[in-house]
Amino acid sequence: MSTTVTPASPSRPARRLGEARPRYGERIVKALLFLCAAVSVATTAGIVVALAGPTIEFLGEVPLKDFLFGTEWRPLFSPPDFGVMPLVSATIVVTACALVVCIPFGLGAAIYLSEYARPGVRKALKPVLEVLAGIPTVVYGFFALTFLTPVLQDIWLFGDPPSVFNALAAGLVMGVMILPTVASLSEDAMAAVPQGLRQGAYALGASKRIVATKIVVPAALSGIVASFVLAISRAVGETMIVLIAAGGTPNLSLNPAEAMQTMTAFIAAAGLGDQSTGSTGYQTIFAVGALLFIATFVMNIFSIRLVRKYREVYE
Amino acid sequence: MTDPVAQRPVVAPNTPPESADAPACAEPVFRLRDVVVSYADVPAVKDIDLDVQANHITALIGPSGCGKSTVLRCLNRMNDLVLDASVRGQVLYHGQDIYASHVDPVEVRKLVGMVFQKPNPFPKSIYDNIAFGPRVLGMKGNMDEIVERALRRAALWDEVKDRLKQSAYGMSGGQQQRLCIARALATDPDVILMDEPCSALDPISTARIEDLLLELRRSYAIVIVTHNMQQAARVSDRTAFFTVDLDEGERHRTGRIVEFDSTERIFQNPADPRTEAYVTGKVG
Amino acid sequence: MRIAPTSQRERVLGGLFRAALFVSLAVGILTLIWLIFSVVKEGWPRLNLDVLFHFPSSNPELAGAQSAIMGTIWVVGMTAVITIPIGVGAAIYLEEYADRDRWWNRLIELNIQNLAAVPSIVYGILGLAFFVRGFLGLGQTVLAAALTLSLLVLPIVIISSREAIRAVPDSIRQGALALGATQWQTIWRQVLPASIPGMATGSILALSRAIGEAAPLVLLGGLTFITFNPEGLDSAFTVLPIQIFNWISRPQQEFHVLAAAAIVVLLVLLVAMNGIAIFLRNKYQRKW
Repeated sequence: MSTTVTPASPSRPARRLGEARPRYGERIVKALLFLCAAVSVATTAGIVVALAGPTIEFLGEVPLKDFLFGTEWRPLFSPPDFGVMPLVSATIVVTACALVVCIPFGLGAAIYLSEYARPGVRKALKPVLEVLAGIPTVVYGFFALTFLTPVLQDIWLFGDPPSVFNALAAGLVMGVMILPTVASLSEDAMAAVPQGLRQGAYALGASKRIVATKIVVPAALSGIVASFVLAISRAVGETMIVLIAAGGTPNLSLNPAEAMQTMTAFIAAAGLGDQSTGSTGYQTIFAVGALLFIATFVMNIFSIRLVRKYREVYE
Repeated sequence: MTDPVAQRPVVAPNTPPESADAPACAEPVFRLRDVVVSYADVPAVKDIDLDVQANHITALIGPSGCGKSTVLRCLNRMNDLVLDASVRGQVLYHGQDIYASHVDPVEVRKLVGMVFQKPNPFPKSIYDNIAFGPRVLGMKGNMDEIVERALRRAALWDEVKDRLKQSAYGMSGGQQQRLCIARALATDPDVILMDEPCSALDPISTARIEDLLLELRRSYAIVIVTHNMQQAARVSDRTAFFTVDLDEGERHRTGRIVEFDSTERIFQNPADPRTEAYVTGKVG
Repeated sequence: MRIAPTSQRERVLGGLFRAALFVSLAVGILTLIWLIFSVVKEGWPRLNLDVLFHFPSSNPELAGAQSAIMGTIWVVGMTAVITIPIGVGAAIYLEEYADRDRWWNRLIELNIQNLAAVPSIVYGILGLAFFVRGFLGLGQTVLAAALTLSLLVLPIVIISSREAIRAVPDSIRQGALALGATQWQTIWRQVLPASIPGMATGSILALSRAIGEAAPLVLLGGLTFITFNPEGLDSAFTVLPIQIFNWISRPQQEFHVLAAAAIVVLLVLLVAMNGIAIFLRNKYQRKW
């Protein structure tokens, strides 16, 4: 039925498997690369250690209640006052002004890019937004002080016009700077919404406006909220714009037309003057820094969680 | 420098494929006994007994999901790359258990070549694609000669000899797959594993590669997984037919070999009714 | 059944909505145009090569930004040397070696995401505590500044390098491993070369960020009146954003004009860098 072939000569000499070499080179490489990755952990640990030490010493001198709830911040006076409320309120006022710009306009830009714009327009506009995000903050600060404040002073309608340094100009410009972040993250969240959802709504006769506002935005909500939280975090942590345009005098007020000093501006200003290591003045840098870090850390973790949530749903 | 590949003993040409009827006289290149492959402790294939002979083409056929590729990947320990995969049983290569604790999978892969379903040339020149294996393995010898030899063995030399420095991505799908075959040959293995090598190719390229396999059979042992029954019938000497069983509780599907015999028997006179149902097309 | 035209209500609301979205985009774009236009107009009188070649001086007529420009080159150059190898190394580890189930790998990932959003001035505090004073005690030097900025932009380098590595298809790795290459050989000879364009683009973007940073360097002593180019890593320094800040803080109007001119220089530098990044991306980016 079948011819048997000569499997001919014996197959080539049996190959021996090499003994497993321990491959130390591979292990060393892996260890080195792990160390590179661990630098990030070391950085966070370094930040915590750098902040914790002087802060604890500071709180040994100044009771926590006085620090957090005191309404006068005069660390270099005698006798000094260490109530951080003026710095915190300034940060809140500036952040609020920034949010007034970046949240509605950032979300609007995102909806336009995601639902309305043709691909060619999208491709052209996205880099423009990236440019906005890439402009150094000194430039924004200069712009706020030199060009925006005079305009605000001219058009001011009621009450006292803004002073040369004021929170409003700084906040508005900061909002424009953060706008691309909100737009980009929200747009990512909207892009992750499956086309099937939109198609179903369109097929029922919904208009583009309805689909965008009633279908896509709610579906992308956790990503959009994450972008808002990140925007707040960035506004709280921004330094140069407020240092240049908002003023250097602590002022417990909610009026954005006034000059006030935020937490970040204080840290920078204090760092400019040479304080001797270990003095209470030096320690205020770290105490305020610790407060700033904790606030942004909490917001960042919250935002990361939200992004993870929407990614899980759709990917 | 002597050429180990050129000295490889060669089966007489013009040997019809369906000829390896008797169990081989020589020791099999691969012998699998009671092999079980599990992912996260759930068996994907079990009771695998298989022999791979030198100078034979062994085909693994069966419906989707029976674990053919899983078994193929045992032979060069590519299953190790899947996080929770575990292999039990004996996988002997020339009598050595490749899963013994002292064995380095990297060493195994130097001796056993693999060609994948979708051609995956490196983003480099044709020359560098072939040369990568020998360079990495530290093979001595004139690289130009090694590259030419590999390309000739893969029946690709004449088509590309004038453009060796051009990118591999400029070739057609069929050419890329032959390049991948040449790449596997360049490291001088004695077994070549092929995981559905023609499924992404057009019929003409497929025919060329099948002809190539018959040529390569003269010097190598080849194990090929294929969905194409006619291909298995055309090309292979021995065939293993896989099926999948549902275990009790119908929670897990486990693949196993139903029948393993000469190709002629499997296709013309199978022992098991399931084999017959599959090869006659009654079952998909 | 007749098909009705769009309802009046929808036309109005739809139109208003669309207009609102346009306004959103316009706010950003128009502000950008206004900003660039104003800055160039303000700095125009001093936009000449003096800005590049003179040193700062208390006399605005004579002042220039050379020490700041050279300082920027020194500091950012050193930053690149430090942060790119570490960032690429970390990216390789996270993409090719790390097992996601291990808690320490998840901790590393969480850290990187968090550090990307930490305020830049906090990095200044870190640098002040460990590099300028404290542990390394380098003083207000180029090296301290470079170390601080390296940590600041490291998350950007890591994240973009990871994306570049991830874009390399797995089939390439499988092919190399099946030939008997070790994991590191596969990475070094196949994965890394294929991901270099993406990494280069990401690194340039990270360095663009570093060039524009002022807040951390304010704390590291970049604000002192520096009238010389850096001579070494242990040299005192200033950088362009800080010099700009310096001039803005002066009361005299002439210094504001100088600041605007220096801003134009800075923006041109950034446009050039980003242009290179985009060029590299378009030319070398592989479509798998």
